[in-house]
Amino acid sequence: MRRFLGSSLTKKLVVALAGLFLIVFLLVHLAINFLLLKSDPSVFNSAAEFMASNIVIKVFEVVLLLVFLVHILMSVILQIQNWMARPTQYKVGTRSKTSFFSKYMIYLGGIILIFLVLHFFHFFFIKIGWIEGDSDNFYALAHDLFKLPLYVSIYVISFVALSFHLNHAFQSAFQTIGFNHQKYTPTVKFLGVLYSILIPAGYIVIPLIIFLSE
Amino acid sequence: MKITLKIWRQESAQDKGGFVTYKMDDVSTEMTFPEMLDSLNEDLIKRNEVPFAFDSDCREGICGMCGLYINGRPNGPQEGVTTCQLNMSMFKDGDTITIEPWRAKAFPVIKDLVVDRTALDKLIQAGGFISAKTGAAPEANAIPVSKEESDIAFDAGVCIGCGTCVASCKNASAMLFISAKVSQFAVLPQGRVEAKERVQTMVAQMDALGFGNCTNTGACEAECPKEIKLSNIARMNREFYKAKIS
Repeated sequence: MRRFLGSSLTKKLVVALAGLFLIVFLLVHLAINFLLLKSDPSVFNSAAEFMASNIVIKVFEVVLLLVFLVHILMSVILQIQNWMARPTQYKVGTRSKTSFFSKYMIYLGGIILIFLVLHFFHFFFIKIGWIEGDSDNFYALAHDLFKLPLYVSIYVISFVALSFHLNHAFQSAFQTIGFNHQKYTPTVKFLGVLYSILIPAGYIVIPLIIFLSE
Repeated sequence: MKITLKIWRQESAQDKGGFVTYKMDDVSTEMTFPEMLDSLNEDLIKRNEVPFAFDSDCREGICGMCGLYINGRPNGPQEGVTTCQLNMSMFKDGDTITIEPWRAKAFPVIKDLVVDRTALDKLIQAGGFISAKTGAAPEANAIPVSKEESDIAFDAGVCIGCGTCVASCKNASAMLFISAKVSQFAVLPQGRVEAKERVQTMVAQMDALGFGNCTNTGACEAECPKEIKLSNIARMNREFYKAKIS
């Protein structure tokens, strides 16, 4: 068992499965975010209230947090091993044809992590009562933030980074779990690119609409 | 044609090393890359200078001995060839060619452009074989193998163990190499017997030797002189998980 957990392939599998879980979560979160565009705050707030009180969601929240931590921790361990595997770098940078964003996954992940920490301070910590704030009106909280040009800029940059991250991550996760098929892999790659554009674009559109309409 | 070469010179593993620039005035486009290097070395000997060291053996792309990092790509700009098959017609008059040894913790530099690739032998010793008694070749049709599976095994089996995959990978990972061996045997009845043990010992050995982890960048597939496919890595992943949970 220890040999299984310690293996590089096991760590990669964990990163891939956690990543796929987060990919699905992104879609759910986006659906709720779209409620911010409604002029009536009560719809979004009751959705937020439901998320805060429902026991199933509360369990899910813990799972989600663990998945995030595992995804980040395992990726960092693997990345450090990867850096150590080539102590002397080539003087001429690679000109091999590769999946472009695959080279920058850890840095893109870092940008997303910074946003995640910000996000926790703005919403999650208020929700669980660690930080003072109006936990009954996240609609107003979000709208206030989306009026700030700096916050909207950080938000947009973070989701562009997420888009680049997903561009490689989606198809890479399938390869890691062992799914590579002559017939279906091109479809998986296409869906990955589509998902990496549409989902972050959906997230970005919301603050932009709110910012421009104020 | 005229060529400027920037060649990595390093006296020993402990030496820091650095590039030395050489100019060549009369390079034929019909030369192969090692033939061009030979002619430079002959000039260096005539000038009483120390020739530089580089590996090569068969010079027909089957032994896997040669291997240089040329202008940012293992085996240079030509697709699907080893360094010895690289033709000088791929370069233009006046080009500068930078040549580096392959870089990986598992491939320490011995001298100049020569690296120690014993780690690949150790990977094979960890399970890249089948345990069978030697003797006369058995009747070829005694064990039926489907055409599809025989093709998969053959396409993986053409790996010459040159280490291009490690050299090209940003993580210096040997996944394409061991996955070719695991795949070749996993789809054949003769190799299936030890498949579970093989995949586990080879992966454990890869980790122990300090190779990096695969991040599915695809550089190995793009540079492999034998054009071994990434699908082998996915197959090895499946074999590994199956072996661990069964």
